Amino acid sequence: MLIPSLVLIGIFVYGFIAWTGFVSFTAWKSMVKNMKLVGFSNYALLFQDFRFQSDMRNTLMFTIMFIAVTMVIGLFLALMVDRKVRGETFFRNVFIFPMALSFIVTGVIWQWILNPTTGVNLILKALGIADVPQWYTSTNIIPRIQLGQIEFGLPVAIIAVAIAAVWQMSGFAMAMYLAGLRGISDDLREAAKVDGAGEWKLIRKVIIPQLRPISMSLIIILAHISLKIFDLIYAMTGPGAMFVTDVPGVYMFETTFRGNNYAQGASISVIMLLMVSLFIVPYLVSSMRKEKM
Amino acid sequence: MKRKFGVIISALTVTSLMLSACGGQAPAQAPSENKTPTAPAATENKPAPAPAAKPAASGGKVEIFSWWTGAGEEAGLQGLIKLFKEKHPDIEVINAAVAGGAGTNAKAVLASRMQGGDPPSAFQVHGGAELNTGWVAAGKVSPLNDLYDQQGWKSKFPKDLLDLVSKDGNIYSVPVNIHRGNVIFYNKKIFDNNGVKAPATFDEFFAAADALKAKGVTPLALGDKEPWAATMLFENILLGKLGPDDYNKLWTGNLAFDDAKVKDALETFKKTLAYVNKDHAARNWQDAAQLVAKGEAAMNVMGDWAKGYFTTDLKLKPNEDFGWVTTPNTGGDFMVITDTFALPKDSKDQASAKEWLKVLGSVEGQDVFNPLKGSIPARIDADVSKYDVYGKATIEDFKKSKLTPSLAHGSAAIEGFATQANQIINIFVTQGNVDQALKSLKQAAEANGIKK
Repeated sequence: MLIPSLVLIGIFVYGFIAWTGFVSFTAWKSMVKNMKLVGFSNYALLFQDFRFQSDMRNTLMFTIMFIAVTMVIGLFLALMVDRKVRGETFFRNVFIFPMALSFIVTGVIWQWILNPTTGVNLILKALGIADVPQWYTSTNIIPRIQLGQIEFGLPVAIIAVAIAAVWQMSGFAMAMYLAGLRGISDDLREAAKVDGAGEWKLIRKVIIPQLRPISMSLIIILAHISLKIFDLIYAMTGPGAMFVTDVPGVYMFETTFRGNNYAQGASISVIMLLMVSLFIVPYLVSSMRKEKM
Repeated sequence: MKRKFGVIISALTVTSLMLSACGGQAPAQAPSENKTPTAPAATENKPAPAPAAKPAASGGKVEIFSWWTGAGEEAGLQGLIKLFKEKHPDIEVINAAVAGGAGTNAKAVLASRMQGGDPPSAFQVHGGAELNTGWVAAGKVSPLNDLYDQQGWKSKFPKDLLDLVSKDGNIYSVPVNIHRGNVIFYNKKIFDNNGVKAPATFDEFFAAADALKAKGVTPLALGDKEPWAATMLFENILLGKLGPDDYNKLWTGNLAFDDAKVKDALETFKKTLAYVNKDHAARNWQDAAQLVAKGEAAMNVMGDWAKGYFTTDLKLKPNEDFGWVTTPNTGGDFMVITDTFALPKDSKDQASAKEWLKVLGSVEGQDVFNPLKGSIPARIDADVSKYDVYGKATIEDFKKSKLTPSLAHGSAAIEGFATQANQIINIFVTQGNVDQALKSLKQAAEANGIKK
C-alpha cells in the first residue's frame, strides 16, 4: 500500500531536495546552465553578504517575537474563553477567524493599516501624538551593534510584520490551548484549590505545566511557519529599506527568479531547510521514541 | 484494491510524463486548452511544419507569452490579437499573459517552461542584456535574420535599437514599443504657483528643489518599495554625469565602476535623496506618481509609462495638469526600455509564430498597440498622427537622441548584476556610504563577468 506514495514522495520531495543540494554546489548563476562544482563557495559568499546577514538577524528576531507573543496571547485568550463566559462560541470564532485568511491578505491589510502616512498614524495624529512611529519603513535598529557587515539588534520595522503575523496566528494558539485546557481534569483544579492555591498560582503551577505538550507542539508549528515565512513579507513590505524586513525566502525568490542565480538560490534553500530541521528533527525523534514505548 | 490501482495508475502516468519530457518531446497537452472543438490531436502529431515561407500552416496555434495585464497594455495586446485574427482566422491564439509588475512573476514562469521543454510560441523580453546574456546565451531562441530580410525591416528600425536585440550579427527579437526612462514628470500647478521652471541641469534641479522645499513642498516623489525605482533614479543621474558614451562603456567593462565620475554620480544621488518623501520605502511607483498627481510632491523621475498612468487612470491632461522634462543633463539622450518578442528554438509551429511576429513588426501592428499602451512605436515610419502630444514629442526625440540601455529594466547588464545593483542601491539609499557602494558595484561587476 505504501510503496506508490513512497515512490512519489521519494521523487518529488527527497529527489528534488537532493537536486537542490547539488545545484547549491555548482556555478550555475545565469540562464546558461553551468554544472561546474565549486564546493562551498556559494555558501561562503552568502555568509559574507550584507543582505543574507540581515536576513539571518531578521529571521531570528522575528521568530523570537512571533512565537513568544503568539503563545502568550493565545494562552491568555484560551484562559478567558475557558471561563465558560456567555457567548463563548462567538468569541472563539472571532479570535480564530484571522486564521482563515491567507498571509497575502493579512499582508495587504496590515500594509495599509501600518502605512506611516495613511494608516493608523492618522488616528495617532488626531490624538495629538506628533512623533508617530514609522512602522515598517523605519530603518532604526535597537541596539546597533556592529557585527560582520551589518548592525545587529532588533530592527524596528520587523515589529510591524510581527504584529500582523501575531494577529493572524494567535487565534490558532488559542484553539490549541483551549483543547489542552479541556483535557485537564477538574479534579486537579479542585485538588489545588482545596490545597489553598489562588487563581494565579493555579495557572502557574498546575495549568501551564499540564499544557507543556501543547506548548511544545505550538513552538514547532509556529517556528516552522516563521523560519519559512515568505508570503506575508512579500505582500506587506518587500525586502524593505536596507533589508530591515528581508527574510531568506524573499532573497531566495529574488536571486533565483530575478537574478537567475540558481546556485545562490539553491544555497539559501538548503540553509532554510537546515534551519527548519533544527526544530523538526528533535521533535520527530522524540515522537518516534514515544511510539516505540 | 481499487484505490491501490488508482495510485499505481497515477504513478505510471506521472512517470511516463516525465520520461517523455526527458526525451525532449513535447509533453501531452494540458486539458485546459480544450477551447477549440476541432480535434487538435491530429495536427499535433504531425512533424514540425516545413520552414518554407508558406503563409502559415492552416489550423496552427500561437501561444503568446507576456506580462501585459495592466489597463492600457492589456487593451493594446487585445488589439494586436484582433488584428492578427483578421489576417489569420485559421490560427488559434492563446494569450498566456502572467500578471505581475515589471514581469517578475512572468519571468519565473517563463524560465521554468523554457527549461522544462514546453516553451510558448513567442515571448516578451526586454531588448538588451536580458535577451542577449539570457536566452540567446543559453541557446534557447532562434535568430530572425531571414524574417528581417524578407520583411525589409533592417531599414525600418533604428540601428541602435537593432544592436540591442542582436548578438554576433544575428537578430533575435522584434521590438514592439519604446519607453523612455529619463523623464521628470512634474505638477504644473505647483511649478507655476512657486515660480519654478522645469530644470535642465543639475544646478537648476537643485535650485528648484531648494525653492520648493523652502515653500514646504516635497520636491521629489520616490516609491522604492520595489528597489528598481531607486535604481532608475540613480541610472538617470549616472547618465547625466557620465554622458551617453561613458555610460555605455560601463556595461562593456571599458569604464570601471570605481571611476571618479561614478563616484560623483553617487554623491549627487545621495544629495538628491535628501529631497524625497519620507515614506518612500512604503510606496510603489504608482503611489509615488500619485503624490505628484495630487499635488503633494512636485516632481517624479519615472519611465513614461507614468504618462499612461496619469492620462488613463488619473484622467490628467498633459501640459495642463502635468508637464515633463528630461532628467538633468540628458536632453540629447534616450534611456530606452523596449519590449520585444522572441521565438523559442524548440517551440512547435514556428511558422504560425512567425506570422505573429510579422504582425508585431508591421506599421499597422505598432500603431494599434502603442497608442493604447502609451508607448511610442519602435519603427521609424509609424503614423505620428495617432499619438498624443507627449507621444509626438517623444517620437521626434527618439529619432535624434543617443540611445542608452536601462540598468533597472534589464537592458544594460546581465540580470545577475542588475539584481545585485538593486541590492547595493537599496542599502545605499539608507546608509549613504559612497565608498562602500562603489566597492560593492565593482565587485558585482567582476562577479558577473562585466569586463573588457
